[in-house]
Amino acid sequence: MIDPMTYVEIYRMILPPEERSSNLPIETKRVPFEMRLRGQLLKEASIGDMVEIVTASKRIERGILVSVNPFFSHNFGHYVPMMTTIRNIIIKETEDLS
Amino acid sequence: MSYQDVMNRKQEIMRRALKLDYEQFEYPGIGFDYEKMMASAGFTLDDVINIQKENNIGGTPLIELKRLSAYARKWAKPGFGARIFLKDEAQNLSGSFKARRAAMSIYQAKRLGYQGVIAATSGNYGAAVAALAARAGLKCIIVQECYDSNGVGQPEIIEKARACQAYGAEVVQLSVGPELFYQFLLLLEETGYFNASLYSPYGVMGIETLGYEIAQDVMKMTGKYPEAVICTNAGGGNLTGTARGLIKAGAKDTKIIAASVDLTGLHMASDKDFNLKSFTTGHTGFGIPFSTFPDRSDVPRSAARPLRYMDMYGLVNQGSVFFITEALAILEGMERGPAGNTSLALAFSLAQTMKDSDIIVVQETEYTGAGKHMNAQVSFASDRGIKLELGNPLLEKPGQNLIFPSSGAMLKHKEVPMETLKMSYLKHYQNQLLFDSDYQYLSEELKTSIENIKTWMEAINETKK
Repeated sequence: MIDPMTYVEIYRMILPPEERSSNLPIETKRVPFEMRLRGQLLKEASIGDMVEIVTASKRIERGILVSVNPFFSHNFGHYVPMMTTIRNIIIKETEDLS
Repeated sequence: MSYQDVMNRKQEIMRRALKLDYEQFEYPGIGFDYEKMMASAGFTLDDVINIQKENNIGGTPLIELKRLSAYARKWAKPGFGARIFLKDEAQNLSGSFKARRAAMSIYQAKRLGYQGVIAATSGNYGAAVAALAARAGLKCIIVQECYDSNGVGQPEIIEKARACQAYGAEVVQLSVGPELFYQFLLLLEETGYFNASLYSPYGVMGIETLGYEIAQDVMKMTGKYPEAVICTNAGGGNLTGTARGLIKAGAKDTKIIAASVDLTGLHMASDKDFNLKSFTTGHTGFGIPFSTFPDRSDVPRSAARPLRYMDMYGLVNQGSVFFITEALAILEGMERGPAGNTSLALAFSLAQTMKDSDIIVVQETEYTGAGKHMNAQVSFASDRGIKLELGNPLLEKPGQNLIFPSSGAMLKHKEVPMETLKMSYLKHYQNQLLFDSDYQYLSEELKTSIENIKTWMEAINETKK
């Protein structure tokens, strides 16, 4: 069980496909409109439970508990040889500049 | 609450969330009094400057990019190759010019007694609103379009979520689709917070100081106003505010040039296309529709009306913007976010068509970091099957490849003819009965003669028949 006030992420389907806006490309229309939100868990629960959280702006939101202690893992990406290629082009073409 | 129910209450929700009665600006017919709307909050340019100064915003350095200018000049005819100057807006609070806009929205929200603010934005504006709300002691909710249906987030937008959270904001992350607006309305209704819209008069007047500073800085440094200022164009507020500021400073002959990343072929509401693009703003998917129909925004009348000021619209491809981002780092020692360098890529190409005594100003940079970094974006694209190629960037097919210029000489722009944009704007009034006052309004909206408007309207109505 996950303790109350633990930092978590919830998921909620806001609109199922049939309730979405009519004017959408087919690949968007056939999937639900979804929300993810982070905050602190109000009551003890397990992953997959429908829970309530309190958000950073002190709102209460409901959703399915999907992760505990969520964090950011975005980065600078892996090495891309093309980046070295363009760098070398620029260096070579500007060697004669003062 | 059904989608349609909420959308039907849109006007009422909006009114409560801005406390601005847009009805008072409406003319009979199609138009409205734009200048009256801009003046309605009662802020002078000096007020805006002071509010921004108090918040550590504005007065950013204007830097002549001598080595980058020389690199562009290398490919120009003798006597050509303009001097390129760059306004280093990344040095604003929260790392972009968007702080100028947020400062005014937050000031107004506080003045009107709201307890919090909400903004619908996946870009730098979110971080700006969050930072300024923190300074004002207001609650803040940022609503983002962030993930595709597989839960894969766009790295640039994830970074913006992180920045917003760093300033204490709540970040509501949504999947792809225009229903973001539905969720945004629901949140406004639930909380009673202020709509910190990019398109309110406050969101646009905050940028006038940027145009004003550019005119003054260039005059001080070179003894004249710049021949051209390039603005990255998406929602249109950046260009509109900058142009208004330049005019207020007296730089009336400076050409106002829009720049967007060419994402032709990618659908902005497509769950599949969402993560196939390397730029989440400053692209044609926003730039063209918002220029040709400004009132599609989240307020009844948008304060961002770029065709009132625009003299030219140039497009560059994704590969060229990455190329120039690299050049800015290794030739000028400035590592900045790629999206903010869209107008710099256009400047590099355009400078070669201008005299070497001419001055062209690129009016922004933005911060860079994890996610919103050139390498992060290119590696994300390559992981999603986008081919990385070297060659002629004008042959790039968005969603299929990124073509990087094989030489600085290959970095060229395309132009969207102004007449095409203006005709596209006018098509919204197809087969409508227009009166003299409507033609007058349209001539102001499109910066052209009434005669031209009449000729174009005739052509549009003719084609329909």
